[in-house]
Amino acid sequence: MTFVQLFLTFAKIGLFAFGGGFATLPLIEREIVIGLQWFSHSEFLELVAISELTPGPIAINAATFVGYKLGGVWGSAIATMGVCLPSVTLILIVAHFLQRFEGNIWADRTVRSLRPAIIALIAAAAYSVAGKGITDIWGIIIAVASFMVLRTRKINPILVLIMAGIAGIIVYL
Amino acid sequence: MKSNNRILLSLFAVFLRIGAFTWGGGYAMLPLIRNEVVEKRKWITSSDFIDGIAVSQSVPGAIALNIAAFVGNRISGNSGAIVAVIGSALPSFISIVVISIFFLRFRELSMVQGFFRGATPAIVALLVGAIVDIGRDALKGYKEIIIATGLLLLLLCLHMHPVLAIVIAAILGLFVRRQL
Repeated sequence: MTFVQLFLTFAKIGLFAFGGGFATLPLIEREIVIGLQWFSHSEFLELVAISELTPGPIAINAATFVGYKLGGVWGSAIATMGVCLPSVTLILIVAHFLQRFEGNIWADRTVRSLRPAIIALIAAAAYSVAGKGITDIWGIIIAVASFMVLRTRKINPILVLIMAGIAGIIVYL
Repeated sequence: MKSNNRILLSLFAVFLRIGAFTWGGGYAMLPLIRNEVVEKRKWITSSDFIDGIAVSQSVPGAIALNIAAFVGNRISGNSGAIVAVIGSALPSFISIVVISIFFLRFRELSMVQGFFRGATPAIVALLVGAIVDIGRDALKGYKEIIIATGLLLLLLCLHMHPVLAIVIAAILGLFVRRQL
């Protein structure tokens, strides 16, 4: 792993990070786990959990975590800059060329065309995380219980994750 | 020049505060940003802010950072954009670095392992919930259902690269719209 490779990998992830953090997970998995094999499958699950448990966008958190693990504080700074660079550059270009941006029509079109892909990507992420992360009956129970709590109550997802983690400590210790 | 520096400093401070409170999703923080930059400080107008949201959605990347770049640019050009982005990314950057330091030291502890084994199934629940929420809006027509299902099968069975899913959907979106 070189810092240039780290930067370029996360710039690539940032360039195709459409539809929010969840939809970006398959791309991160493809690059970091399958392609470059910087992380194992179980390390990827930890990466997802930590990114989700910390304030801030998932893709940024993931970049910082991967960067830190591979190259310390410098690595995390480089990976984070890499993942931010494409979108910030595009925003500046768009803001420069279109003073009165007819944003709504354009955004509506992009978002609507990409939505089926975003659904498919989140479903692929769910399949992957479930396949590796739900290993026994307790996993199924925690997943179903969390889903029911999330759907029936207006509750912060982070709280549900923390409660599930505590349940994990009780069950698996 | 002096007043420009002061603007940059307050841009940084505002987005630093906003970044520290973004927990989970970017959409939750849009009202927070709007309150700061449109209502309290009157840095940009309400319709400019709506334009900013539209631009932020149509380019890749986290919406929270995109809107920071947009607002920063409107107020103080490129340096404003960079300052706003750094401000809003810094809190999560610092928290992840701190968590990493502890996590990488203690990850072998069975308590930490148990916590993650328990939290992972809850993430599956979160993802399924997101599919239900987005799907309710996105999968209205049969075309969209077919495209989503087809892409999912390609991703799972043929291990298609995720970037291709985005590219194919964009091309199909263009093509389907042409026909209408």
